[in-house]
Amino acid sequence: MTTAPAAAPTTTGDALVQLQHVVKEFPVKTGSLFARKRERVHAVADVSLDVRRRETLALVGESGCGKSTLARCLMRLHDLTSGRVVFDGHDLSTLSQSELRPFRRRMQMVFQDPYGSLNPRRRVGSIIGDPFEIHGLAKGDDRVRRVQDLMELVGLNPEHYNRYPGDFSGGQRQRVGIARAIALRPDFIVCDEPVSALDVSIRAQILNLLDSLQDELGLTYLFISHDLSVVRHVSDRVAVMYLGTVVELGPVRDLYEHARHPYTRALLSAMPHPDPDRAEARQEIVLAGDPPSPMDPPAGCRFHPRCPRSQARCAADVPELASFAGDSAEHVAACHFPVADGEALAVAGASPPLPSALVIEHTEPGEPRRSASSIERTKSGREEAS
Amino acid sequence: MTSPPRAVVRSRGPWELAFARLRHDRTAIAAAATLTAVVVAAAVAPLIAAAVGHGPAQQYLDVGLSPTGIPLAPNSMFLLGTDSLGRDILVRIAYGTRVSLLVGVLASALAVLIGTIVGIVAGWYGGLVDRVLSRMMDVFLALPFLVFALALVAVVGPSLAISVTVIAVFCWASVGRIVRAETLSIREREYVQAARTIGASPARIMFVEILPNVAPTVIVYTTLLVPGAIVSEATLSFLGLSVVPPTPSWGNMLADAMAYYKVAWWFVFFPGAALLITTVAFNLLGDSVRDALDPRRDQVAPAIGEEAP
Amino acid sequence: MIRYLLGRLAWTMLVIWIVATSVFVIYFAVPHDVARLIAGRQASAETVQLVRARLGLDQPAHIQYAQFLGRLVRGDLGYSFNTQESVNTIIARDFPVTVSLALGSGILWLVLGVGAGVLAATKRRSATDRIITAVALGFYSMPTFLVGQLLLFFLFFRLYMAGFEFFPPGSYVAFGDNPLQWARFLALPWLSVALVTAATYSRLTRGAMLDVMDEDYIRTARAKGLTESRITYRHVLRSSLTPVVSQFGIDMGSLLGGAIVTEVVFGLPGLGREVVQAITTQDLPIIMGITILSTVLVVAANLVVDVAYGLLDPRVRLE
Repeated sequence: MTTAPAAAPTTTGDALVQLQHVVKEFPVKTGSLFARKRERVHAVADVSLDVRRRETLALVGESGCGKSTLARCLMRLHDLTSGRVVFDGHDLSTLSQSELRPFRRRMQMVFQDPYGSLNPRRRVGSIIGDPFEIHGLAKGDDRVRRVQDLMELVGLNPEHYNRYPGDFSGGQRQRVGIARAIALRPDFIVCDEPVSALDVSIRAQILNLLDSLQDELGLTYLFISHDLSVVRHVSDRVAVMYLGTVVELGPVRDLYEHARHPYTRALLSAMPHPDPDRAEARQEIVLAGDPPSPMDPPAGCRFHPRCPRSQARCAADVPELASFAGDSAEHVAACHFPVADGEALAVAGASPPLPSALVIEHTEPGEPRRSASSIERTKSGREEAS
Repeated sequence: MTSPPRAVVRSRGPWELAFARLRHDRTAIAAAATLTAVVVAAAVAPLIAAAVGHGPAQQYLDVGLSPTGIPLAPNSMFLLGTDSLGRDILVRIAYGTRVSLLVGVLASALAVLIGTIVGIVAGWYGGLVDRVLSRMMDVFLALPFLVFALALVAVVGPSLAISVTVIAVFCWASVGRIVRAETLSIREREYVQAARTIGASPARIMFVEILPNVAPTVIVYTTLLVPGAIVSEATLSFLGLSVVPPTPSWGNMLADAMAYYKVAWWFVFFPGAALLITTVAFNLLGDSVRDALDPRRDQVAPAIGEEAP
Repeated sequence: MIRYLLGRLAWTMLVIWIVATSVFVIYFAVPHDVARLIAGRQASAETVQLVRARLGLDQPAHIQYAQFLGRLVRGDLGYSFNTQESVNTIIARDFPVTVSLALGSGILWLVLGVGAGVLAATKRRSATDRIITAVALGFYSMPTFLVGQLLLFFLFFRLYMAGFEFFPPGSYVAFGDNPLQWARFLALPWLSVALVTAATYSRLTRGAMLDVMDEDYIRTARAKGLTESRITYRHVLRSSLTPVVSQFGIDMGSLLGGAIVTEVVFGLPGLGREVVQAITTQDLPIIMGITILSTVLVVAANLVVDVAYGLLDPRVRLE
């Protein structure tokens, strides 16, 4: 049941950061001593995204989908293979590192690993004070004071100024990282999986901190995560990435309740649900096949080998991001055969699936898996996206 | 906010912890004490000479040699005996300490300085810079040390400066290689990426982020480099390529002793012992320093109950 | 692979060129008069000039350099200033001595060093380990010439005084002529080189083995019930030997270029002693020839070691 795609929405005004057709490839040497090959890892393949002022845009996907690489390209830690990064109207793509310096005061990053993102041989006060020193904004006692204010702001004891990172817990170290990031009152912060390495009980604290800082300091966030349950609570809009491309993008509610792309549906169905009754009633979608290698992505729609709905067209044409009938213009997906509300993921009455695509198996917990070739409708005919 | 900075709590960082470990290591203390004695001996060599009344180059051909012209064994006048020219071995050893320590420490320091800078720069910049510098290091590592030293000295003439230069030139590349390898791995760490996002310049990153983290390796290597340099200097002196006689150095004393070892065991024994004691002390200290700085002990472990990194 | 080898070969050529040029430059950087040295103090100016012309020393430096390079490419290392002998001949004559010294001590230090290291590692922290570590530390800290002198004193002189002339120093008998004498004259030199190097190797082996022994897979092997000696020799030692092997290759390369100090101490007519003598007489062709040979051997040894590594360990990729 396909609908004619409406034109993809043009960027609405007030975009702080614009990524335009960003491509990032890494050359790799593989093979043994005797048969050397030169290949490229296509980490990011033509991604265009806007991050609007004051919003939190989440970027989700499996490991290896390119989200961290995209973030690093955005921050110009990598050079872009092609495409543009525009920050507040300024094209950053080809600036040299010294030309980028003034912009570094306005865009910052919080890293994933609380143990690796702080230099173990420096005191935290010195680490947090780095931005002040580098940009020459505060010295001596003044700097100490500002750092201690920052420490209070993020929930650390300012008296621990002279402690080493090793003295702190993971959550506290992450607060140090956040303090460092907000030191110069940036406009934009990329949070690269900021809570993934933390205990579940600590996560809420850090997320709340990020939330309150956003209000207090007027921040814009790009929030990267592989964990959909975290993302739901913190974001305004969500972008789903698969193998280097954005496959779906939209306001968080639309995405969670009316996901259009099969991959998004699969991700959502895999989210753990706290309520055991609802969890039981839900059908989990199991994607068959191996995740392909980014060195050799599939032709056409990159998801087609694992997609239960794929058809001949999917291997040939690359789908564009477009919104579908009944959806707001903000909600777009890149799929030739998007999933409608209430639709099961398998397509009934369609042409026989390609040999490389296995059909979805819907299982109730406790029931044995059925064979790969049978197509079955589910009992309830609906999918729970919880 | 204009209130003054609040009182701060200090904790012991990785350096202080390492030093504390070292302080409790008995071998390290013994080695350090021995080395202190050696340094003192070097410093007060003139005093020793004055105390016994013999200069380092003074030949006592009448009282210092036996009637047949053979060196005298240790006695009340010459505490450690005399050498082939009737000179006081005790005083000469004391002065020789100066040469060994000076060359050993200076050459090592120079090698480490050059090697560290080149290693960090090569590791950080990568690409062409790295390739060129690595090749340079390979060349220096391939050169045969003694042969080159010989060739150089043959032309320029022996001197202390030559010893220092030659040893430094042949040692810096191995330091460089190690530092480069460490830098390559540190470069990928997230705190270095974080420094880049803040806008730190490469020079600042190399100095503030990378250098403190390669320092432990460098320090350990230095403590092992110094005794090697002392041994190299002794070898050069032995072949007559270092200080010019009559300046005493342990190596040239041992060279002189070659012809007399059958009749004057003290001539070989005392300079040899001095050399051995010094180098062993340095090596022991180096081993202890390496244990104290062992990065495995410094590694941050997550507190119990937290997820491991 | 071929590409890699060709690359390394080109690299070797470059290094040789750099070394040769450096020695050449050093030699010409400081003014001194070889011709006069050879002709002798009493010689008249004409004689000196004759000598100079004969040796080709009256040509400008860059001409001499070009001639030198030309000869080098053909493998001709020139002729001694002093004796007019072909340097190649001199080297051919001295090389067996150096090789004998190198190979003999090499085997000795491998056996001693690795053996001691294994012993120390398997009996970790026992008295044996401590003694071995202490002795190794002692020898490791000594220069080779000192060890040589001590050996001369104790194993030659003392024994001699007691009536046993076991290990006389000072000459060399070719292996082909008389193997027993060959070994006798080389015994102390071998020991002198081997003891110091063995100390290094025992530390190396011990360290490598201790690292491996702490690995989980060794613990598993023990849990499976393998005997300790089987674990030690089949598993631990094999993994620990790679640094040892590569170090051995490199050390051999340097040693083959002339164990200068040992040859001087024991009076062995090898490449090392030859070059020392050439220094005193400023006999440039000999100095040059032996320096180049030395460098070639070191670089070749490095290459062999790297290739061997690449072949043995599939994880290593040579670039």
